[in-house]
Amino acid sequence: MNLLHFFLENHEQIVELTLEHLWLVGISTLLAVLIGIPLGILSAHWPVWNKPVLGTANIIQTIPSLALFGFLLPVPWLGERADRLAILALTLYALLPVIRNTYTGIRGVDPAVVEAGRGMGLTDSQLLFQVELPLAMSVILSGVRVAVVVSVGLATIAAAIGAGGLGEFIFRGLAMVNNQLILAGAIPAAILALSADFGLGWLERRLRPQ
Amino acid sequence: MPTDPTPTSVIEFRDVSYVLPNGQALLSGLNLRVERGETLVFLGRSGSGKTTTLKLINRLLTPASGEVLVNGTPTTKSDVIRLRRSIGYVIQDVGLFPHYTVERNIGIGPKLEGWSAARIHQRVEELLQLVGLEASLAGRYPHQLSGGQRQRVGVARALAADPAILLMDEPFGALDALTRAQLQREFRSLQQRLNKTVVFVTHDLSEALRLGSRIALMDAGRLVTVLPPEQFLRSGVPLAVAYVQAFSDGLEVLANRGDR
Repeated sequence: MNLLHFFLENHEQIVELTLEHLWLVGISTLLAVLIGIPLGILSAHWPVWNKPVLGTANIIQTIPSLALFGFLLPVPWLGERADRLAILALTLYALLPVIRNTYTGIRGVDPAVVEAGRGMGLTDSQLLFQVELPLAMSVILSGVRVAVVVSVGLATIAAAIGAGGLGEFIFRGLAMVNNQLILAGAIPAAILALSADFGLGWLERRLRPQ
Repeated sequence: MPTDPTPTSVIEFRDVSYVLPNGQALLSGLNLRVERGETLVFLGRSGSGKTTTLKLINRLLTPASGEVLVNGTPTTKSDVIRLRRSIGYVIQDVGLFPHYTVERNIGIGPKLEGWSAARIHQRVEELLQLVGLEASLAGRYPHQLSGGQRQRVGVARALAADPAILLMDEPFGALDALTRAQLQREFRSLQQRLNKTVVFVTHDLSEALRLGSRIALMDAGRLVTVLPPEQFLRSGVPLAVAYVQAFSDGLEVLANRGDR
């Protein structure tokens, strides 16, 4: 009852921080998709790139998030604004699932379909956009889905460097030993993660080839 | 050495070899001409180089040495996309696009060539009839078809842009015996009407005897001999003899051909 009261009283700030949170996750996911899908295609088509690309993404994934935020802090343009920094860090973390699933999805396309397409005189880009990407789309989307869900959780830590988002409630709550404040950050974050998971999962099933 | 291609030579292999990146030779010293309107069947075991030979024609593979001429032009000197669009290609696993309907699958080639939607639609109807499929199948997806239907769509797709050359790599190999025999019969009558230049790959002698105007016997990357079916049966070449013995029903099939 107390919690509900708190939510009603602070709904403006909750909405504001939720939107900030969404913005951090949205922009970083978009960047990760724009960078990760081409990298995934690159490593699927030219095996030489496979190890360096996936290896680098893997290594980034192993850096603890707080440490990564710390490392990036002194970088000139980035360090000026905490949200830039947070977006870059979140993008780096989201890369691995996007690259890996793009790679897996494209490699998983039936070789007979690719051979038939090539034999019919499809150019490389026609083959990519008309055959490989549509057939790999549901696998790629499931990578994006993982990236989004992870980002929603990770973005709460971005508040530690002052990037805003629902993490602010959590850090404030931790400092003040106030569970209501912590929950005011944690519950909307959980709802965001679950609805992103559900929505993208639905899209993924829709796009899955028979 | 072969001289300049005669006007009837549609495909010509001049001393062609193909080597894998690891140095293994899949094909060596192939010299062969395919004449206009004939059905040349490459017969051989797996690994004999017959599929490699086929893929050299539409340049899915490029020869390590020698050259492959299609309509008098070396494949390496022609635009590879144009070359492939002028050649129909049918493979054992069919390779229909699973996210396209039957109609869209058949229409891929014409669409690439920039045909109008109405013309493609008409052509698809024509082709479905030609390969013995009901027009109502046009809206289905490949996974909703039987194996035989799928392969008919595969043949229709290869014929769509009306190519003069048709390459077929064990197209009926994955079908049950009855469907295979039926499709072979239909293919023969289709071929008599359309008069395409067909290069066909199989490991099945009876199929080679049914369909081929000449049989090119391959072994370990080399062409052993090229003979018309009836001469193939009488041939003294040891590998040919072995094939004839193994497929003892070959003679009976030939007797039933009734066109020679």
